[in-house]
Amino acid sequence: MKLRELAHTRTGDKGNRSTLTVVARDAKDFARLETQLTPERVKAHYHGIVEGRVERFSLPQLGALQFVLYEALAGGVTRSLALDAHGKTLSSHLLTIDID
Amino acid sequence: MSKTSIRIGAGAGYAGDRIPPAVELAERGQLDYLVFECLAERTIALAQLERRQQADKGFDPLLADRMRAVLPICLAQGTRIISNMGAANPLQAGQEVLRVAQELGLQGVKVAVVQGDDVLARLLKDGLNLPLIDSAAPLSSLQEQLISANAYLGADALLPALQSDAQVILCGRVADPALFLAPLMHEFGWAHNDWTPLGQGILVGHLLECAGQITGGYFADPGYKDVPNLARLGFPLAEVQADGTAVITKVAGSGGCVTVATCTEQLLYEIENPARYLQPDVVADFSRVELTPDGPDRVRATGANGQPRPDTLKVTVGYHDGYIGEGQMGYAGPGCVARGQLALELVRQRLRDAGLDQLETRCELIGVNSLVHQAQASTEPNEVRLRVAVRAPTRREALLVANEVEALYTNGPAAGGGASKSVREVIAAAAVLVPRDWARPQLTVLEQGGSE
Repeated sequence: MKLRELAHTRTGDKGNRSTLTVVARDAKDFARLETQLTPERVKAHYHGIVEGRVERFSLPQLGALQFVLYEALAGGVTRSLALDAHGKTLSSHLLTIDID
Repeated sequence: MSKTSIRIGAGAGYAGDRIPPAVELAERGQLDYLVFECLAERTIALAQLERRQQADKGFDPLLADRMRAVLPICLAQGTRIISNMGAANPLQAGQEVLRVAQELGLQGVKVAVVQGDDVLARLLKDGLNLPLIDSAAPLSSLQEQLISANAYLGADALLPALQSDAQVILCGRVADPALFLAPLMHEFGWAHNDWTPLGQGILVGHLLECAGQITGGYFADPGYKDVPNLARLGFPLAEVQADGTAVITKVAGSGGCVTVATCTEQLLYEIENPARYLQPDVVADFSRVELTPDGPDRVRATGANGQPRPDTLKVTVGYHDGYIGEGQMGYAGPGCVARGQLALELVRQRLRDAGLDQLETRCELIGVNSLVHQAQASTEPNEVRLRVAVRAPTRREALLVANEVEALYTNGPAAGGGASKSVREVIAAAAVLVPRDWARPQLTVLEQGGSE
């Protein structure tokens, strides 16, 4: 199924990095999200957007994964040519990823 | 007078935020403090440019409107107002508040103005060798284009203002969560090295600093995340105890919702490593924060910790960075994507012929790939809008590119319509770290009647 059925997301920006929050709707789904949403998988899903690495932090007590996407914002909000320079709409893209 | 709990409300989460929810909070939130957070990264640079044109400007243009809306009720209820709407001219901002008070027939209003964040002169004198954060270059590489340099002051910079009897406290650049931490330190007597309560105070500030983003704003996804009465979204308030633990809630009957889900999204918003959230007052640790329901639209936030504060202060540097030219054109109906792609190819070819193809350029179809740039159209959309954006060193070159898009009217594919074009000057932001003592907070209390 798509991640949208299992979790909700929000992005923010910090310099040229996008911060991407994934929160399980139901705590029981957190374990499989943690297993399947690896930094590598997330970087691949944002191919062409994320030029740098992806880091991940886990907050099991909140059912949340926090990703930092490096070099994802075309230089950062004050310089980017992108229409959505903050990358706020990017959180919706993760919701299309497949989860077993 | 020491209290057992403090009520703090968020009256704005950014410079353009809505005013009615702040009025609702002021009227019905029974607040001790109302905070307006109105400075984004480059806001001060833009304000600095304005101040150079006009010496009595350079503060937030909505300051007077916000004060007219809430100052009378806040004065009557004893709610103190704290804001960074001072921007690049906190003293003039203070005078503006007194003017509004006069206009409204209010008496006895005092404004505490906190300055000291502006470190441009010091940087030009002693800091040109400092390395830019996130870059290999030193600050001197931007010397010709510099506009502003403002240090993120901490809550400690606001304490003297809170100790005065001013009802309104205005500053320039202060770390956003510190606007909320400062009154907590003041009321509960936390010392500068009480790291755990400071970490909790930063948690409260971070949860509140974006106002509606924790009460159901930036959250609704119809059918998946439904938010009641979103049009009348209320802004949040925190009920904070002396140990820093807090309940996040909103005025009863206001729109929106405060849930563990909305709070979790805001907790992690723009956070990188949750265990190390660097602030001027403390390195906050959110990694073990717990959010628990405490009744309808009430969420308790506990479990933040803190480590000693950094030795340096972060400084945002504003600088000129050329121009961005942009053109857009719409296409609709059958073949709209093919016509949009043909139009993009025409613009690219014409820019090559004009020798402008070396400029950094972005070409896309809004409706297909302007947001997720690698995306393909899965089905033919009803309409698309072509967009070409370019970064150019001069206004003239930026406009040439924008003009090429507009020229698609008579020189491009069929039925292109609704063209728009723009050229804007780019004010970019970079950052350096400076020793703490380069930024010395300075308090001035302004009173009605023209005396200081």
